[in-house]
Amino acid sequence: MNEPFVEVNDLTIGYRNRQGQIVNVLRGVSLVMPRGGALGLVGESGSGKSTLGMALLGHLRAGSQVQAGTVRFEGVDPFALNPAELQALRGGRIALIPQNAAESLTPTMRVGDQIVEVLQFNRILVGAEARDLALELLGQVRLPQPEAMFTRYPHELSGGQQQRVAVAKALAGEPELLVLDEPTTGLDVTTQAHLLDLLAEIVAQMGTAMLYISHDLGVIARVSDRVAVMYAGEIVEVAAVTDIFARPTHPYTRGLLASIPRLTQAGIPKAMPGQPPTPGEHGTGCSFTPRCTFADGTCETVAPTLDAAAQPGQLVRCHHWQTVAKIEFSQELQQAFHKAVRKVEPEPAVELAGVEIAYTRQGLIQRLRGLPEPPATVSDITLTVHKGETLALVGESGSGKTTIVRTIAGLMLPRMGSLKFKDYDLNVGVDRRPLELRQQIQLIFQNPDASLNPRHTVAEILDQPLRLYFNLSRSERRERSIELLERVRLGPHYRLRYPGQLSGGEKQRVAIARAFAAEPQLVLCDEVTSALDVSVQAAVLDLLAELQAEHGVTYIFIAHDLALVHAFADRVAVLYQGRLCEVGSTDEIYTPPHHPYTETLLAAAPRPVPGLRPHLLGSDVPELAPPPRGCPFQRRCPRRIGSICDEEAPPWRVPVEGHRIRCHIPLDELETAQVSAAEHVIPLEPLSNSVSSN
Amino acid sequence: MLKLTVRRLFYSLITLLIIAVVVFVAVELLPGDTATAYLGREATPQRLASLRAELGLDRPAIERFARWFAGALRGDFGMSLARDKPVVDLIGVRLRNSLILGLSAALIGIPLALGLGIIAGLTRDRAPDLWISTAALIAMTLPEFVTATFLILVFSISLQLFPAVTVVPANAPILDLLPNLVLPIVTLTLIMVAHILRMVRTSVIDVMTSDYVQMAILSGVPYRRVVLRHALPNALLPAISITALTIGWLLGGLVIIEVVFNFPGLGTLLLDAIHTRDIPLVQGIALATAGVYVVVNLGADVLTLMLNPRLRTLRTA
Amino acid sequence: MAVVAPASDKPAPIRRRSRLSETWLYLRQSKSGMLGLTILVFHILIALSSPLIVPFDPTDIDASLKNQSPSGEHLFGTDQFGRDVFTRVLLGGRIALVITLTATVIAVTWGGTLGILLGFLGGRIDEAVMRVVDALLAAPYILFLLLIVSSLGSSNRVLIFTLGFFYGIAVVRVARAATLDFVARDFITAARARGERRMTIVLRELLPNVMDILLVEFAMRWSWMLLAFSSLSFLGFGVSPPTPDWGLMIAESRKALQFAPWTAIFPMIALGTLVIGINLAADAVAKALGLDRTQGAPV
Repeated sequence: MNEPFVEVNDLTIGYRNRQGQIVNVLRGVSLVMPRGGALGLVGESGSGKSTLGMALLGHLRAGSQVQAGTVRFEGVDPFALNPAELQALRGGRIALIPQNAAESLTPTMRVGDQIVEVLQFNRILVGAEARDLALELLGQVRLPQPEAMFTRYPHELSGGQQQRVAVAKALAGEPELLVLDEPTTGLDVTTQAHLLDLLAEIVAQMGTAMLYISHDLGVIARVSDRVAVMYAGEIVEVAAVTDIFARPTHPYTRGLLASIPRLTQAGIPKAMPGQPPTPGEHGTGCSFTPRCTFADGTCETVAPTLDAAAQPGQLVRCHHWQTVAKIEFSQELQQAFHKAVRKVEPEPAVELAGVEIAYTRQGLIQRLRGLPEPPATVSDITLTVHKGETLALVGESGSGKTTIVRTIAGLMLPRMGSLKFKDYDLNVGVDRRPLELRQQIQLIFQNPDASLNPRHTVAEILDQPLRLYFNLSRSERRERSIELLERVRLGPHYRLRYPGQLSGGEKQRVAIARAFAAEPQLVLCDEVTSALDVSVQAAVLDLLAELQAEHGVTYIFIAHDLALVHAFADRVAVLYQGRLCEVGSTDEIYTPPHHPYTETLLAAAPRPVPGLRPHLLGSDVPELAPPPRGCPFQRRCPRRIGSICDEEAPPWRVPVEGHRIRCHIPLDELETAQVSAAEHVIPLEPLSNSVSSN
Repeated sequence: MLKLTVRRLFYSLITLLIIAVVVFVAVELLPGDTATAYLGREATPQRLASLRAELGLDRPAIERFARWFAGALRGDFGMSLARDKPVVDLIGVRLRNSLILGLSAALIGIPLALGLGIIAGLTRDRAPDLWISTAALIAMTLPEFVTATFLILVFSISLQLFPAVTVVPANAPILDLLPNLVLPIVTLTLIMVAHILRMVRTSVIDVMTSDYVQMAILSGVPYRRVVLRHALPNALLPAISITALTIGWLLGGLVIIEVVFNFPGLGTLLLDAIHTRDIPLVQGIALATAGVYVVVNLGADVLTLMLNPRLRTLRTA
Repeated sequence: MAVVAPASDKPAPIRRRSRLSETWLYLRQSKSGMLGLTILVFHILIALSSPLIVPFDPTDIDASLKNQSPSGEHLFGTDQFGRDVFTRVLLGGRIALVITLTATVIAVTWGGTLGILLGFLGGRIDEAVMRVVDALLAAPYILFLLLIVSSLGSSNRVLIFTLGFFYGIAVVRVARAATLDFVARDFITAARARGERRMTIVLRELLPNVMDILLVEFAMRWSWMLLAFSSLSFLGFGVSPPTPDWGLMIAESRKALQFAPWTAIFPMIALGTLVIGINLAADAVAKALGLDRTQGAPV
């Protein structure tokens, strides 16, 4: 009998909540995977994608139980195995690469020993043989100096290196199936690109099948040959990767694809209304009904089944898929983007000149010993932001984006240089700034879980700026907070809720409302959408854009996602190790000539287009401190021209007024090289660049 | 790592100094001084003055503290007032007895606590854990004198196995002390085990639900080995310093246990010293106890430093 | 087709429950917690009502009734002076409860305040004070208690302030650690960036968050305080005879253990159930609040 490689049949997994009801996280999931296949599993938080992945390994979260259905791996049910058989299955035949390698490696064991251990239990290798193979594996995942790596402890490695060790550990058992649970989430784009490349290569070489779990459609497009889309514990669509991205047939898949910002497309993508349901809170009919534009009475009451759709191998769970399929997706996508309306005024709002910021001040002893001052965390920042403009600060972790923003907010003091906001001097800490200045500059943080006090109701949260800046009476505050909530599209009934009772998107709306309660003129946004689910991101961007249009505020917007920046910013400043590399309008930044670092970032960014291979430039070795001399990017630059890069600070080159690039390479050379590289590697997306403005 | 060890050593000395200051100041702030305490009702202004001069009590407080602390560091705690003997001689044999009691309890209690704590942690919320945790809660919350009295009722009075109170002199050889030691050790061990096992249990539970233990299980590593190599080293590391803190705290409870069993240790001596207002002796005992505590903690810190790779490989201070 | 629906067009069915009732809901599911609470309430009720219900005068000495075993008339027997043990046990927790509760309020108040301030302010002051706090925790607490109580006398006021002071030292450490945990969070940074006054940040932003931890601290300290108080009584430095008090009764019973064990057993049960009850309740409250009561030791 020919067993399918992986077969999941009608799998339902649930846990019992405190009220004693069973909450199903997975609901009737069926799935088939061929040997050697690469299935991408996409979904937002709470969609059940990780639960499904873990079920293949015969693992359930504490308290969960299989309520119905089966899992078969080559005919074997992992849930029916005894402990010894399960051990042989795990690591030996199915291996896991987890999301957070830093926390998945045992801190008290050397890296090498952890790999040897897998070899010992899954391939019965011991001693020198195991050691040699472990070293080979460390080399295979392209870790420098495997011998040295072998004896290191996990905390001595960088995030990217830890993730590579996790890959080596997974490969050690020569598994037939790899389950990858968001393995690159949290890594910098260049590190991510290198890791994805490595995985693709190894998997092709060894013929290992992959179940790749991710929320990032760009990553999914890169690694899978088939894609399953999950929503509220169900698979809503399965198809070949090209079909999913070019001819999605489920309204959710469509909405999701339309809601992600794209590197090649300026403008804000179309927001999907609503938010995904929390587990157990789906209705009796189709769980997507409340957010669906095609929904009718049937959808509310009758749950659709997963049926064959137009393309070969395509399955979709929708009553109206035929209607949906008739609408050409590429056209829908073209109309999805809209540019934000802005009035940028010529007068400057924020001016930074020669700003230098250091975290550590040199101690008296170091100074007496005549030690040279360590290079500052952030140095030589000269930037002007105009009134009503959105400036994006872009760079990987450690680039100093947040440091600059915190200094503008007065939470840190610069060591050198001047900062100005209109006529105010910003070289003073927040506690010495006049009230009207504090009121005019507001911050919105990345993670609303952390930025909203969990013990305050929404009303109390909104009260604080109203009381502090405007001294409003209780009834005035009440009135104003209802206005604010309505402005961010939350009803007045939200006033009495605690942040813990809100979804991620709702919390961020409250945070935005709090910032705008101050009636600010400058809003500092620190990665405001990166903690949110993909499908609610665009709606938050829309809201920010609307508020900007209404109030004429200036935004300084921190982001690491270049596509997001393209969607939202007027101008971009690219930072590396606290130094400016390139400043220009969004269009200028996204077309050659670029600074080599900008080029590296653009090339590495994963894009939701199947068949694209990111163009890897330079190494992904993270740096802890900027070099004392020369170009800050010297050590990783793919276009290094020689010792001049190490010795001399590069000059600013100005292609057009307002666009500057700091590089030793003349602009025309840079442009020629980059245009040919881009044509060679990155085909243009099958989308027109036309932007419909509203 | 050496640098860290040296730093810990330095902190220990500072701790000792602070305790010395506090003990000294506490005595200083209380009404009356050594001279009034010593002379009691026989105090006349002239006798007080001459005694103060003799004891150096007319000198400024700082000078007296410096002289006392410097002496203490050399092992000279001054003379006991009530007994006319050097404080060191009085403390010496009593400290030996208390240390025998404490060390025996630690030797029995720590392994027992580790074992039970690990079992409870691994069987979280199931039968063995519930039994162990409940017993621990009771043993931990009952006052020392209640536990001790209970043991006396059962083992000395009902079963007549061990003496209820110690009747041998303080400087008796260890062998003679032995039968008298059993019940005090059991009392102290019970309380110590209860405290430590609760912490070990929590630590084991934390580690067993950690990502890396889950990952080891999902990599096909056998359960026994997951527990021994992945979980326990990480669970026991934080337990070391907490154990040391607990032991230090239990030294306080020793006073009561010694009183219940009339055991000739430092605790009963302290009580005598307080009753007789023998201030040099009180100060000496306080410093000696604090010294034991500091040494235990220092040992725990160094042990943690040696076992924790994160600290061991720390190259910059 | 461009539907821009509001993020939430219909109010989601959110169970609007106050934190208090939510905590109570979880608490009720814990059997041991409910047992602990029941014991605690029982003890408090007895302490409140005992002067009205006791059958005898607790200090009535009658040599003819010496060391009688439990009987219908004297439920718990009589002690060496012929006093009714049942009466004395019922009354014996009153002073302990009042003194330890007051002392715990003092300890948690001053320790909590200082801890929060240190955690919030940080810097050199914090470092210096914490050195002293750590050192004080290193010293055998009972020594200080004995020293002070023996020279100032064991009046209620002395006992309350001495216990309140020494047991607050450990609270400083706990409150500071909890504060440090919150100070680094963005909602504090947000308040700072808004330019709120420090006092406002401490009272409005920090305190509500640290309160849970202080509540659990309160329960824990209270049970340790009871231990310390009864230990002092046992050593003869607490309540002075002939006032009925459990610690004192157990101490007095020692000479009579051989022939009148009931004089020890009943006060032991009373004291034991009270501290165990408090601890069971504290454990369950901590769990219901989502805190883990990890450290058993009072340091």
